[in-house]
Amino acid sequence: MKFGAVVAVALVTGLLATACGSSNTSTGSKHRVPPTASMKPLDKVGAGEGLLNLIAWEGYVDDSWKKSFEQTTGCQVHAQYAGSSDEMVSLMQSGGGGQWDMVSASGDADLRLIYGGDVKPMNEKLITDWPNFQTYFKNPQYNTIDGIHYGISLQWGPNVLLYNTNKFKIPPTSWSAVYDNSNKGLVTAYDYPITIADAALYLSKSQPSLGIKDPYELTKKQFDATVALLMQQRQLIKKYWPSASEEISMFQNGDAFIGAAWPYQTIQLKAAGAPVADTIPSEGATGWGDTWMLATKAPHPNCAYLWTQYVSTAKVQAEQALFFGETPVNTKACGEMEALQAGSCAQYHASEPGSYIDTIHFWKTPETTCADGSENCIPYDQWVSAWTTIKG
Amino acid sequence: MAVKAVGRPRPKGGGAVPFAAVFWRLPWLRSVLLLTPPLAWFVVIYFASLVLLLVTAFWTTDPFTTQIVQVWNTTNFERILNEPVYHDIVGRTVLLAALVTLTDAVLAFPFAYYMARVASRRVQTLLFAAVLLPLWASYLARVYAWILILNHSGLLNWSLQSIGLPPANIGYTNVAMWVVFSYIWLPFMIIPTYAALERVPESLVEASADLGARRWRTIRDIVLPLALPGVVAGSIFTFSLTLGDYITPVLVGGAGSTFIGNVVFSNIGIANNIPFAAALSTIPVAIMAVYLFIAQRLGAFEAL
Repeated sequence: MKFGAVVAVALVTGLLATACGSSNTSTGSKHRVPPTASMKPLDKVGAGEGLLNLIAWEGYVDDSWKKSFEQTTGCQVHAQYAGSSDEMVSLMQSGGGGQWDMVSASGDADLRLIYGGDVKPMNEKLITDWPNFQTYFKNPQYNTIDGIHYGISLQWGPNVLLYNTNKFKIPPTSWSAVYDNSNKGLVTAYDYPITIADAALYLSKSQPSLGIKDPYELTKKQFDATVALLMQQRQLIKKYWPSASEEISMFQNGDAFIGAAWPYQTIQLKAAGAPVADTIPSEGATGWGDTWMLATKAPHPNCAYLWTQYVSTAKVQAEQALFFGETPVNTKACGEMEALQAGSCAQYHASEPGSYIDTIHFWKTPETTCADGSENCIPYDQWVSAWTTIKG
Repeated sequence: MAVKAVGRPRPKGGGAVPFAAVFWRLPWLRSVLLLTPPLAWFVVIYFASLVLLLVTAFWTTDPFTTQIVQVWNTTNFERILNEPVYHDIVGRTVLLAALVTLTDAVLAFPFAYYMARVASRRVQTLLFAAVLLPLWASYLARVYAWILILNHSGLLNWSLQSIGLPPANIGYTNVAMWVVFSYIWLPFMIIPTYAALERVPESLVEASADLGARRWRTIRDIVLPLALPGVVAGSIFTFSLTLGDYITPVLVGGAGSTFIGNVVFSNIGIANNIPFAAALSTIPVAIMAVYLFIAQRLGAFEAL
């Protein structure tokens, strides 16, 4: 009986496997066109469907601005919080995708969702505040392909260099500080494969002979050099930080003195009276840009557009920016931020000119296809396994 | 055939036959009905997930969209075999699990011995409560408490410095993981050891004493061998729990503290590479299979 049961289960599983197997076959074409590229977005926002299901970063759908949206539009918002870009991707891909309307994905997940056919084009003309967006965030590479917008930018933030001002009396001006052997035991870094881009960015300036142009498009040689640098850096690192709160407590308890961070950590640490400051070093910095993307099978598209319109307004942009510690894409939000908290506009770099944003290399999914169309770049799954190797 | 002769008088009117009568006539039906739900649960949910795990391990993912490609191959296993980093990770996980098990066995035995054979009833109850008390608090809260003790400005360094010793700085290292794991899983070792020690017959201990064996000799030759299955049973828990953990390495571990579980987690949570994670998960399954085989030989299952 026992053996029979195992066989039966194996048979059933095998059947299931073959049944699913026929549905997805991947193609490796040269210039990929997203599967949903030809889907026509809405021309006009109709009446709300009464419901909106979102996958979001924690804090992105806070009651303080959700409530008034629900009252004015009648769209009841249900948010599922996800802890990482990749959790968002797997949520969007699982269960056929019909249960979600939108996802607030970061740039490192966007292309995967776009090419996976999980999200579809959006009509930017329906977003009243879109003309007020910072130029860069109207068409960022991570959510706009061939002029088609697969989502509307929301907020962004740089990955800054955070340091303890007692230990580093002279403010560091280069990322070299986190790779310098004299700082052994003082350094920390984000425990996430995309950290490889930080090292690549540094190498693009410190070793120009490698020819790194884009830290997310690395050839084998460039990638190996970057991984080698990170292996070296590992000797300096006491602990990689897995979440913002871990990094905060490490800086508070003297277990870390310098390392990449988000502005959020700096703000929290300063508020707690810790002697810290942050800077964007001379090499520039990586950063994240978040986008509200519309699911291909979104059951409530009108509510989704109403929501995107709403979160793009200056007021909500400012509220969310201050709540989460990030920067709005709507340039009009600055005034609202000042009204809520004086000095916050400059603190979050919301008033910086476009040239500042150009120094930020926003997270995007590393793919095999490089910018020049060749297929020599190292894709994301190899970034993940390299990251395992680096950490040991 | 003989049903009519032995059967109870049938209810008149030809309506529904009472269940009791049906069960009486078909004795196997009762056990089938009783056993079907748990058996179905066991087979469908328990076994199916394991089989699915094994099957998935032989697939791969599309590197870009991370969707599963259902083509049979052994790439995942080759990668684990060929890349030295996975040897390090598996080695570290198994070594630490063994170390934690050993530490817990050494700590638990005298404690359980005292509880089972020396302490009064009242003290016994108190000790039981003390052992089980930490299990009432969340696992996470207990791990975080250890971070507060072990970090640079934590309780440990503070105490060391206040008595004039240099700071230990074991926070965020493998030593910290060893300490925390040993603490967290200790109750799982104490309880089976206690149960086994309590079952050692007093008559054998007395006989040993009558034959002139001193206290230590009795413990070594009588109590220890009889309690060993309990210790082995406890070691199944401490070993497998450490083997499968991934939260403590994230929170307490340092730069080189990756466990098998962390790689599994990052392959599912970050890379969305479920086939590779599945392949990696078969390693602890295999290790535990060997471990359980040895434990069974040592009689651990009778002590559970």
